[in-house]
Amino acid sequence: MNEKFDVIVVGAGPSGNAAAYTMAKAGLKVLQLERGEYPGSKNVQGAILYSDALEKVVPDFRDDAPLERHIIEQRMWMLDETSYIGMQYRSEDFNEEKPNRYTIIRAQFDKWFSHRVREAGAIVLCETTVTDLIRDSRGKVIGVRTDRIDGNLLADVVVLGEGVNGLVGQTAGLRPELKPNNVALAVKEMHFLPQEVVESRFNLKGDEGVVIEAMGTVSAGLSGLGFIYTNKESLSIGIGSLVSDFSETGATPYGMLDAFKNHPSVKPLLAGSEVKEYSAHLIPEGGWRAIPEVYGDGWVIVGDAGQFVNSVHREGSNMAMTTGLLAAQTITRLHRMREDFSKANLAAYKQALDESYVMKDLKKYKDIPSFIHRNSKMLLGVYPHLLGQAAQNWFRVDGTDKRTKEKEILASFRKGRSLTGLIGDAFKFARAWR
Amino acid sequence: MTTTEPVSAPVVKVEGKLYTNRYLVDAGHPHIKVKPHEKPSKALLSLTHTCPAGCYSLNDKGHVEIAVDGCLECGTCRVVCAATGDIEWSYPRGGFGVLFKFG
Repeated sequence: MNEKFDVIVVGAGPSGNAAAYTMAKAGLKVLQLERGEYPGSKNVQGAILYSDALEKVVPDFRDDAPLERHIIEQRMWMLDETSYIGMQYRSEDFNEEKPNRYTIIRAQFDKWFSHRVREAGAIVLCETTVTDLIRDSRGKVIGVRTDRIDGNLLADVVVLGEGVNGLVGQTAGLRPELKPNNVALAVKEMHFLPQEVVESRFNLKGDEGVVIEAMGTVSAGLSGLGFIYTNKESLSIGIGSLVSDFSETGATPYGMLDAFKNHPSVKPLLAGSEVKEYSAHLIPEGGWRAIPEVYGDGWVIVGDAGQFVNSVHREGSNMAMTTGLLAAQTITRLHRMREDFSKANLAAYKQALDESYVMKDLKKYKDIPSFIHRNSKMLLGVYPHLLGQAAQNWFRVDGTDKRTKEKEILASFRKGRSLTGLIGDAFKFARAWR
Repeated sequence: MTTTEPVSAPVVKVEGKLYTNRYLVDAGHPHIKVKPHEKPSKALLSLTHTCPAGCYSLNDKGHVEIAVDGCLECGTCRVVCAATGDIEWSYPRGGFGVLFKFG
């Protein structure tokens, strides 16, 4: 391919698709490269779709996007080996004309999004792995190298939406290597059940859906963050932990997943299901402090490749689409003004990020990742267990008077985590949160 | 080798999980290679349990080996061994490797 493009987008996930779609729609000559056989074939997510972020890119997405269920209920579970204590919120208000969140199946969703990208006029080339960036004599990025024969492709600017484990940015020295304590490994299975079974098991009608987010100890020695999402006729179930936790503890990811599946509160939800896929993926967890330089001479970074994930709220795909959109808007504006894609001009992308919820939220929680990493035993082990035991004591009617029960509960907390420890944890958490 | 598996955790075989997946294997072109070593580093050894596809194993010579056919391309091993340089990691050629139907 000898022609030169206005822009090359590396990757066809939510960030790359949002960028490619926006720029193609604006009339730019866009080439998008994807290493998978089809867009989505290498991509893994829970997955929840956040409507607001997609609406800003594709306002009419509800007309034909493959959506599974809109979410009307959220359950949050803190697990110990035999119990969970939790909170849930369910509302008829979520049965609205334009629902706020949906469950999706990524391979299908990404295929749909890519179809829209092509319709908008972009060229999408699959089965093409980008291996490096091409720079001119002054160091400005002017294209990419691929594993195709004659695979050097040129453009005025390159958008890197290559995902959390993107090698191009690292090989080219644009961003630092991931650290084992800044990235989580999650594994997931797709469990198929008849639609009516999903609906009766989760108390749903029509396209309503439930999200369960779980944290804690699934079995002795195994702690993590898990999820169960209802799709139309399947459940997505997964669990993860920091890569450093896996490599240091000796736990296997699939062992943790099976322990989660066998937890007494989870097992009945899966009974009789047929498993059709097992997948694994990394999740950036470093937050604001781990965000690399996201622009330079001739390049910008969008999505997971830029560590744009809010691990507290489990948001990432929305940030991917928003960062893709903001990068595309910056590039489109420069293209129309016939400005060059210098680092100074692309700084407008970073400014747009700073003014958006993306950087505001990540900055708000900038100290949370390190708080969680330093206190993961407390958060995933001690507290869920203490709270569960307190609930059990409180609800079990056994002739013990209530004042004694209160004393026992307080004593168990002081024993499990000393009074200074309790106050210290609360103080540290409040400071990291605000 | 002493096992670091938690005592109470049941031994789970990952092979049964991988059977449900689709792969297009690039025969003769493994995209991950373990560098020759006398004795595996702690990081390299940890891959025998950290890899979610169970691709790494310890052979009878005490060396860590890899069979990439079941690889889920997550990058965990790359991150774990980034500091030690025990492995060479690249993505499979375009179109090859795991093909997620659901993702």
